[in-house]
Amino acid sequence: MTTSEPTMPPVHYLNCDYSIRSWLLTQDHKRIALLFLVSITVFFLLGSTYAGMIRTELLTPNGNVVSHQNYNKLFTMHGLIMIFFFLIPSIPTVLGNFLIPMMIGARDLAFPRLNLASWYVYTLGGIFTITAAVAGGVDTGWTFYTPYSSIYSHTNVTTMAVGVFITGFSSIFTGLNFIVTIHKMRAPGLTWFRLPLFVWAIYATSIIMVLGTPVIAITLAMVGLERVFHIGIFDPALGGDPLLFQHLFWFYSHPAVYIMILPSMGVVSELIACFSRNRIFGYKIVAFSSVAIAVVGFLVWGHHMFVSGQSAYAGLIFSFLSFLVAIPSAIKVFNWTATLYKGSISYDAPMLYALGFIGLFTIGGVTGLFLATLGMDVHVHDTYFVVAHFHYIMVGGAIMGYMGGLHFWWPKITGRLYPEQWARLAALVIFLGFNLTFFPQFILGYLGMPRRYHTYPAEFQVLNVMSSAGASILGVGYMLPLFYLLWSLRRGPIAGPNPWGAKGLEWLTPSPPPTENFEQTPVVTEEAYAYRPEENASG
Amino acid sequence: MSNHILPIKTYVAVFIALMVLLAATVAINRVSLGELNIVAALSIAVVKTFLVVLFFMHVRYSHRLIWIFVGVGFYWLTILLALSMTDFLSRTWPPLGR
Amino acid sequence: MLRHQFEDASQQRESAVLGMWVFLATEIMFFGGLFAAYTAYRYQYGAGFAAASHHLNMLLGAANTAVLLTSSLTMALAVHAAQVGKKPAHIAGLLVLTMLLGCAFLGIKAVEYHDKFVHHLVPGASFVWEGTLTRQAEMFYYLYFAMTGLHAIHMLAGVGVVLVVAILAARGRYTPQYHNPLEITGLYWHFVDIIWVFLFPLLYLIA
Repeated sequence: MTTSEPTMPPVHYLNCDYSIRSWLLTQDHKRIALLFLVSITVFFLLGSTYAGMIRTELLTPNGNVVSHQNYNKLFTMHGLIMIFFFLIPSIPTVLGNFLIPMMIGARDLAFPRLNLASWYVYTLGGIFTITAAVAGGVDTGWTFYTPYSSIYSHTNVTTMAVGVFITGFSSIFTGLNFIVTIHKMRAPGLTWFRLPLFVWAIYATSIIMVLGTPVIAITLAMVGLERVFHIGIFDPALGGDPLLFQHLFWFYSHPAVYIMILPSMGVVSELIACFSRNRIFGYKIVAFSSVAIAVVGFLVWGHHMFVSGQSAYAGLIFSFLSFLVAIPSAIKVFNWTATLYKGSISYDAPMLYALGFIGLFTIGGVTGLFLATLGMDVHVHDTYFVVAHFHYIMVGGAIMGYMGGLHFWWPKITGRLYPEQWARLAALVIFLGFNLTFFPQFILGYLGMPRRYHTYPAEFQVLNVMSSAGASILGVGYMLPLFYLLWSLRRGPIAGPNPWGAKGLEWLTPSPPPTENFEQTPVVTEEAYAYRPEENASG
Repeated sequence: MSNHILPIKTYVAVFIALMVLLAATVAINRVSLGELNIVAALSIAVVKTFLVVLFFMHVRYSHRLIWIFVGVGFYWLTILLALSMTDFLSRTWPPLGR
Repeated sequence: MLRHQFEDASQQRESAVLGMWVFLATEIMFFGGLFAAYTAYRYQYGAGFAAASHHLNMLLGAANTAVLLTSSLTMALAVHAAQVGKKPAHIAGLLVLTMLLGCAFLGIKAVEYHDKFVHHLVPGASFVWEGTLTRQAEMFYYLYFAMTGLHAIHMLAGVGVVLVVAILAARGRYTPQYHNPLEITGLYWHFVDIIWVFLFPLLYLIA
């Protein structure tokens, strides 16, 4: 902590130019990060609105708020928007864009124009999506399963598929940029094993983006062809095989789950280290576990197809391989916990999110093992057990990490501190609201309530009311940061370069940073997380 | 990743080799070898790819990192083909558990 | 020529080359979806695929392979010319030759496509197949058009990019010290060539 009053630099990346043009044509990774922040927040609010409508419908056993057709559209649009337009871009394009060059001591990403193009491509894809939504939505489920999506559905599948196709290129551009930047732009002395674990996590994420996304792009293009020209590739009536679609779809869409969770894991590593004032226990193995998750994540997609008619032999192989992903994931959880041991822990809001992440991700991960078990999955497939499982990973995991990271680096991004007490309150409200929303769904699913129906037997109402009540608490929890973070833009106390006393190159430069990030290229001479240099001399 | 300059005659030699391999592909296709036809054709395609990648694309003289990314591209394609074929290949096998 | 985010020219060049290779890995997977579909259906529909493949003109396919391989040679020579500091006209000439060969490839492809239209071998409502295994043959032609069509789109893009690079080369932009755009355009061109090297046996040579 600084002894004198912290100050803001007179000129920084935010106030160097106020024109609209300087934002829309910017090549500064920090400004592009903010463009993404605004865009994904819009989509998050849109996706949340759909979620709110779903939970309202499910308050009562009878479908008396929306028709079954509209309910199908609600959960489809909720899934599509949250996955492709919020969760996948969230941490990479906002925190990754802002932090990767700063963490490695570079002036910018390797390809700044490509970075800007990524935002425009994302926006174009978003326009198609909003068009599809306004025109009446899509009812196929976010999975676009054929032949329903390609032949029978009378909703705006083509427009939506075009939107997802285009947005995929945003992902590819961003991933490609990160890979090259991390390989080629590191400051002198910054070896791979001195990198913050967030950088490792983003690197692993980028690998998935670059190698997985093109497959869903070509697959959706084939769905579009079948839909528009009635040329069969997936439709059994035309000699096609619908399971081929599922293979190609999940080849990307299962690894996509790791696109969502890996960056959060990276954020959590930063938070745990800073707020327990310890070097991450077993740094190297945590770093490699990110890469291992990225690679093994590509070998398990068939566990989404256990009851699809896929050969039972393939099911056996995929079931076995799915268990392997648990190993690197568990390593991370154990190592974060071990990092806390004998740390000097402070419970600032980002740390609350990080601790919440560890608990919720563990529940989500362990229930994932239930689902990877072939026999067990046959019982709970397509029930709320699955819904609860992936929301524990995606909301309890990915969004917790995103919120924690946003708070942690907010002072760096804006130069001002957020109100700590409000932030802690919001973190607790989100944690409680989340658990109340989704824990009952594990029980519902285990009791046999199927997903994707707008009516259900009366016996399930109590648990559904609990879930809907939790959703409204969760909604309040998400609205709080929206207000106090905006408030802090003008009224928050000046943060100074390093309000947390954190380690890492991004904290060496003023907050907000100058456009070129560093006055001089930093030279790195110590390990990451050297919070206790006397104890960690050996690394 | 040095800016290695190959002599022109290397490029010409590689080109001639590629043309010979093309002729070989067409010639072998004239002979009926059953399943071996596709194996031969794809093997020749792989050899051609190696020639183009190593010489025309300079990978032979590139940094190890480039080798890794060339390998990664083809390796991931193998994952996609091999694991999806586990399903298609074993669908007609006798059912499990009985 | 050195952009602000880089420390020196070699860092910039290595980044450009690595970026292109990462992009090519993406491209492999983009075509990979079609290759996976091909593999699955070829396994299931072997007989129909063989029958359908007989209607492709193997000679035109082989000629096109030769055209593309030659264009790869001229492209490699263009990069070489820039490396050793040949005159702008020399570099641009080789690039124009590459471009023309690319156009020749697309011309031959257009002749083949036209032939398939005339013989009602385009999948969809107008598909006519004399013989059994109609669905299987139609699937083969679906994959034929999808794979060669995607490849042709890449060729079109390639021709456009080579044209731009040729103009820049003619203006003397590329020197032994700086020719990154030319070098990575070359990588892309060779990659599109490699895709065809696989498409040719997979589509034309099913005995």
